[in-house]
Amino acid sequence: MMDMSPLTTHTRAFPIGAPILELNGISLRFGGVKALTNISFDIREHEVRAIIGPNGAGKSSMLNVINGMYRPQEGSITFRGQKYARMTPTRAAHMGIARTFQNIALFKGMTVLDNLMAGRNLKMRAGVLEVALQLPRARREEIESREAVEEIIEFLEIEHIRKTPVARLPYGLQKRVELGRALAAEPKILLLDEPMAGMNIEEKQDMSRFILDVNDHYGTTVVLIEHDMGVVMDISDRVVVLDYGKKIGDGTPDEVRSNQDVIDAYLGVAH
Amino acid sequence: MAEQTSKPKTFPKLLLRNAAARGADPAIREKSRGVWRTMTWAQFADETEAVAAALMARDLKRGAHVAFLSGNRPRLYVAMAATHWAGAVATPLFEDSPPEEIAPLLQQAGVTHIFAEDQEQVDKALRILPTCPSVRFIIYDKDRGMRHYKQPQLVSYADLLRDGRARLAAQPGATRMEAERGQGEDAAFLFFTSGATGPVRGVVHTHAGLIERAETAAAMDKLTAADLALAYLPPAWIGQSLFSYGQSLATGYCICCPESIETLFTDMREIGPTYFLAPPSVLELLVSRVELRMQDAGAIKRGLYKMFMALARRVGDKILSGRGVFIGSRLAYALGGLVIYGPLKDVLGLSRVRVAYTAGDAVSPAVLGFFRALGVNVKQLYGATETGFFVAMQRDRGVRPDTVGPAAEGVEVKLTPQREILVRSPGLFKEYLRDPQATAAVKTPDGFFHTGDAGRLDDDGHLRLLDRVADIGALANGALFSPGRIENRLRFSPYIKQAAVFGDRRETVCALIDIDTAAVGAWADTHEIAFTGHADLAAREEVSALIAEEIAKANADLAADPSLAGAQVSRFLLLHKELDPDDGALTRMRELRRGVVAARHAPLIEAMHAGRPRVQFDAEVMHEDGSVTTAEVDLRISDAKTFPPAPSMKAA
Repeated sequence: MMDMSPLTTHTRAFPIGAPILELNGISLRFGGVKALTNISFDIREHEVRAIIGPNGAGKSSMLNVINGMYRPQEGSITFRGQKYARMTPTRAAHMGIARTFQNIALFKGMTVLDNLMAGRNLKMRAGVLEVALQLPRARREEIESREAVEEIIEFLEIEHIRKTPVARLPYGLQKRVELGRALAAEPKILLLDEPMAGMNIEEKQDMSRFILDVNDHYGTTVVLIEHDMGVVMDISDRVVVLDYGKKIGDGTPDEVRSNQDVIDAYLGVAH
Repeated sequence: MAEQTSKPKTFPKLLLRNAAARGADPAIREKSRGVWRTMTWAQFADETEAVAAALMARDLKRGAHVAFLSGNRPRLYVAMAATHWAGAVATPLFEDSPPEEIAPLLQQAGVTHIFAEDQEQVDKALRILPTCPSVRFIIYDKDRGMRHYKQPQLVSYADLLRDGRARLAAQPGATRMEAERGQGEDAAFLFFTSGATGPVRGVVHTHAGLIERAETAAAMDKLTAADLALAYLPPAWIGQSLFSYGQSLATGYCICCPESIETLFTDMREIGPTYFLAPPSVLELLVSRVELRMQDAGAIKRGLYKMFMALARRVGDKILSGRGVFIGSRLAYALGGLVIYGPLKDVLGLSRVRVAYTAGDAVSPAVLGFFRALGVNVKQLYGATETGFFVAMQRDRGVRPDTVGPAAEGVEVKLTPQREILVRSPGLFKEYLRDPQATAAVKTPDGFFHTGDAGRLDDDGHLRLLDRVADIGALANGALFSPGRIENRLRFSPYIKQAAVFGDRRETVCALIDIDTAAVGAWADTHEIAFTGHADLAAREEVSALIAEEIAKANADLAADPSLAGAQVSRFLLLHKELDPDDGALTRMRELRRGVVAARHAPLIEAMHAGRPRVQFDAEVMHEDGSVTTAEVDLRISDAKTFPPAPSMKAA
């Protein structure tokens, strides 16, 4: 199928395709607090999609809805044409949605390698007994997983910390390891919750590069939440803007940048 | 004589000989994706032939130049051998050079093909392409990020190899003949001089010259195909290319390419090289790693380490050199081997090292002594790019910290009345590229090369290096001033990374000091001095005091040497910013370019000589995002203690 939208570019190895994930009329309330109100947008296959907005706009809530961590009171999620009223984290993982967290969620005492291997969990079929007895299938899976993980290690240029416990790594590297852990699951969709929070310029540039490379090399659809407008505009194909739980903009970075509501939300309205 | 002519005289012929003699033995190992992967001599030759076929199909002519912008990878060495196979000249360049440094070199050599390791190097090559019209093809090794590149000059190594194999299958034999055509007198390598003291020049070496040096040096150390070397230094340095290409081909030993420069020490430990080349800076790094780790060790371990290292420093070198040591000390040393030296060498990856050389710079006696005390056979070596590297080498039982050993076999060394070292050797360079005048200026009619280094030959034939001839001057009072030797002595301090001293035709000697951020930072930590970074550390009064003490120690040593006693460092300041090859203050091999440093810091040097206590300086500050602004910095100038010349020495 040929998509002739202006977003499709010839140079991409994985041209942006049809919507893979659609969110329809999502509303999420915590008691009386409206976190999200009637939000609809879609995510196309192989694109880099950003969700931005000021503090408290509902960005993380949105990601948690996609991921099945939160159950919206209204609305539905359509993944590859199939409609779900509710998502669960397990189902999301099995459907190929992996994520990273705003506060790094790794096994701090384990090495980088072990953390990445843990990310392969869903790819392994062998049971506890098989693994304990080192039966052929368990051994084969272990080797396959290690090869996949080593490819990610090379991809993210973290060879030198392969055997270092995560807790001993600086923050920027931990973020990279977390991205690696998510990639280990070979996701279709990668959800990144503020992947560049707390980084310096150089680390941000590195991370941007890695995100684009992941998208380019594996064709992974990327959904990311980010504070840093500059970064987002540079690496995203399309941007959704939330403010106070409502969608106030949706489009290419250029469209969003010239959207008056967005400017007002970010810069405040002058009177 | 008949035996001489039957010996292979080009690198591709050596490669074919190795493939025939030991085809199944490992030639190159590379750690990739966590696993060591082996390329045998047969595979090496096979792949080289295919790549050569593909390169020739892409217009690579005999005598043309191929530039290499790559670290140590098996594909680099295959491409190098393929270049030689096709009769072309390999021109390895420093990977970390910016485009504006590389462009003139490509133009000078008229490079037609570039081998680039990855996207970063390709970007560089593409940027200078408009100014280098001679470049026809850019071959790249790693295809990551290269998907969007559509330039017609680009071809991936994998495609090149595939294409070459198809050509070989279609036309077997044609490519092999090209290797047979090669002669020993053909140019093999073009190395560029570092430009520490003069303009950057292209140095042309022949196959025969380098092979002769590689074989002779290998024979002197009895290297065999069973040896193992680590390829981790820039191939643009002649030393690395000889160790990882020339000598490997000559003797058939296997070279190992670490996964990345960050994993070097882990990879080295896994491999356990038997033959090791390290500039003094790498040795210093190893020593400081040990010392930092010992600081964190428990009291018992620290105590044992201290006790056994004291013993090792006393007897280790003597045992290694086969000199007489009292039996009790020998037993204690053997015990130390079990408790300390063995495990330590294991951690450093030096357990199996039989022969190690340090070259490229002056090594501190303390650092050299550390390794020799442990029983690691580290020796000094002297050579320049023009001399085919191996000029003087210390022999196994004749290692002294203050000389670089006697001339290597086949090399004649003599001194001019001005003490300049002249070298005649079969491994001497052929010429400076397209510069017969410059060649004639340094080569005497009877074949000696003017090294530009001043030295002294001891009675037993050991060569002692002094300084660059052109740098030796005199203070206003007539005392001999040898900046290189003073700087070397200063750099022996772990806290001083670089030093530039100035005193020619002046009253006193003043020094610009670049502190070692890591070492001074660790020192500041233990002394509970809070700091933010290099500039902050350098501005600290405590750090000035620390360096003043270090300089005083150096001055005490200088005072003991009658030729240096008159020119001790009396004033110094700490540079707010590290000296960096990117702004030309250092060469790519991290040698000081004193002229550049002097020009850039002229007001600072004037202020020191004028005796001012502080100096304001408009410094360029490079920010994280690459933008440059100027900011005024205020630097403190401190005095250092000097010593009267040692009386007994003076009398003598």
